[in-house]
Amino acid sequence: MASSVIDDAPVGLADAPARNINMIEAINDALDIMLGHDPTVIIMGEDVGYFGGVFRATAGLQEKYGKTRVFDTPISECGIIGAAVGMGAYGLRPVPEIQFADYIYPGMDQLISEAARLRYRSAGEFIAPMTVRSPFGGGIFGGQTHSQSPESLFTHVAGLKTVIPSTPYDAKGLLIAAIEDNDPVIFFEPKRIYNGPFSGYYDKPVEPWKTHPDSKVPEGYYSIPLGKARTVRQGDALTVLTYGTMVHVTAAVCREKGVDAEIIDLRTLVPLDIEAIEASVEKTGRCLIVHEATRTSGFGAELSALVTERCFYHLEAPVERVTGFDTPYPHSLEWAYFPGPVRIGEALDKILEA
Amino acid sequence: MAKPASKGKASAPSAATPTADVSGNADFVLHSLQQTHAKAPRYQASDDELLKFYEQMLLIRRFEERAGQLYGLGLIGGFCHLYIGQEAVAIGLQSALDADKDSVITGYRDHGHMLAYGIDPKVIMAELTGREAGISKGKGGSMHMFSTEHKFYGGHGIVGAQVALGGGLALAHQYRNDGGLCLAYFGDGAANQGQVYETFNMASLWKLPIVFAIENNQYAMGTSTARSSAETEFYRRGTAFRIPGMDVNGMDVLEVRQAAEVAFKHVREGNGPVLMELNTYRYRGHSMSDPAKYRTREEVQDQREHNDPIERAKKELMDRGRSEDELKDIDKRIRAQVSEAADFSESSTEPAPAELYTDVLVESY
Repeated sequence: MASSVIDDAPVGLADAPARNINMIEAINDALDIMLGHDPTVIIMGEDVGYFGGVFRATAGLQEKYGKTRVFDTPISECGIIGAAVGMGAYGLRPVPEIQFADYIYPGMDQLISEAARLRYRSAGEFIAPMTVRSPFGGGIFGGQTHSQSPESLFTHVAGLKTVIPSTPYDAKGLLIAAIEDNDPVIFFEPKRIYNGPFSGYYDKPVEPWKTHPDSKVPEGYYSIPLGKARTVRQGDALTVLTYGTMVHVTAAVCREKGVDAEIIDLRTLVPLDIEAIEASVEKTGRCLIVHEATRTSGFGAELSALVTERCFYHLEAPVERVTGFDTPYPHSLEWAYFPGPVRIGEALDKILEA
Repeated sequence: MAKPASKGKASAPSAATPTADVSGNADFVLHSLQQTHAKAPRYQASDDELLKFYEQMLLIRRFEERAGQLYGLGLIGGFCHLYIGQEAVAIGLQSALDADKDSVITGYRDHGHMLAYGIDPKVIMAELTGREAGISKGKGGSMHMFSTEHKFYGGHGIVGAQVALGGGLALAHQYRNDGGLCLAYFGDGAANQGQVYETFNMASLWKLPIVFAIENNQYAMGTSTARSSAETEFYRRGTAFRIPGMDVNGMDVLEVRQAAEVAFKHVREGNGPVLMELNTYRYRGHSMSDPAKYRTREEVQDQREHNDPIERAKKELMDRGRSEDELKDIDKRIRAQVSEAADFSESSTEPAPAELYTDVLVESY
């Protein structure tokens, strides 16, 4: 367990001064704080320095911390990730950005064969304390190379941690925890909800974050431990396990249908908060899993297996999954592909009627 | 020229001492194409050829302007990379291809390369709007378009990934002995991807018939070449792999075309790959939501005013006696053609939902 580099963390977060910001601002805030407090933190990536990032997550940081702390890289994902592993082994804490999760594949060899395995094969002598930030997920008409949700490719690899926030508050606290963590962390940012939570109705105007309670983000340092799920809503009718954008879509559908769901935002897939999952499913006896990624071998398959193994005698209905279809992310028909309110609604009906 | 390049230090020293005649010197070959090009940089186009180039470039310009408008209206979603400013590259290179034999592959800024083939603008625009009538049934979108009829192998959204595929296309040309070459486009940004150099090595080692065409538009997305590249003279980047390089003005269609003549001849004679750097400039953002904070307005304006490939061709046409009215009529006709494409792309239907599950694998499931 990593120790905090901050000595003067506020005791009561609720009392800390706070402001309503969106997820991009929260991520920028976390990076700013960590750059300020820890001289080994370094940000690198395509367009992240001078330009401030295509989603503006690193805006202003190069001006503030200089080009040795925040710098542009060539379009060389394998090189970016590989360099970060070496930097981490030599005592730095790199935070490389891969501009879209879809661009991460050239770096897979370095992530799987090097980053994930360095600690194990050196018997703990060398580590790769790096945090790979990358926007992921669809809902922005990005087509097949700007929309994917590849999280289960990483959860399948022993030696990596995978974190996915769903609110500005969580994004800041989880990113700080990820950077402080002494293992390689894949930090996927759901880009559809950078600017506001998403109800699943693409034709409705975007609701900005500032009206959402979880956009109230304390100033200064705080961290949220990896491996702790968040109960978005308590309920008795069923348990919904989800993360990222789908937290908001699912919550909106449950509100609309008046379903008394207990919605659990996993926040980190590895390490997984299995205790929270078990406690909830044992209480409700029903479980729906929702993710945007493709279905076969998706993280939902792992969740379904775990729930079945551990809560079988409490289940009153088969575990259901709502996921993306097993196809590439389409250019047109995006909203037919996206596991939106209709499919979630049907699954809720099925599971509650069972 | 067909003689294999010497392996430098690894080979036994030649008995003959080097002479003033450098034509047999393998290192000279690396520069010889550039020297040939520098001696006579511009293609001697007939009046009709020049007019054709002008029309083709103008079609790309007007098409892209319209695509930008449709994007603004929400009819095109997501990512859309416009080719405005770079028109001379696609027209200059592709006009020199053997349409029956040669293949082309490119990255995501691909609309211009398709139009350069004379592919109907309607089916390209309909692909941009994601309609069933699009050339890839609306399933590929702006970045992913293909045409087997024209041996156009896409349209690839991942920076640099197409270069390795180009190596494979060239290997297939060689294996089939069909006399064709592969023209593989990529950008200055893609030139920093590792797989590009794996391909350089294989292409040179196996003497594959491939032309690597780097469209250097000066910016790797939002980062200038100076901030992203140790060697910004990209035509030199093949040297370590014994691939001759050519440094070409990509803002003059006749220079591009002439350079293509030199490069394609070298490749067709079985000498292996050529690396061309086409120095060009994109006027619009990297994609549509580009805040353009990485360069000045003045820089863009300067290129538009003093280095525009279409204006250059227009001036030359007028020097050759074409009237302003005649050129205006051409513009009018092209605008009408583009409007027709836009109307078509708006009125076509979206693909049926069942199309989601077609062409995932060979079987339907």
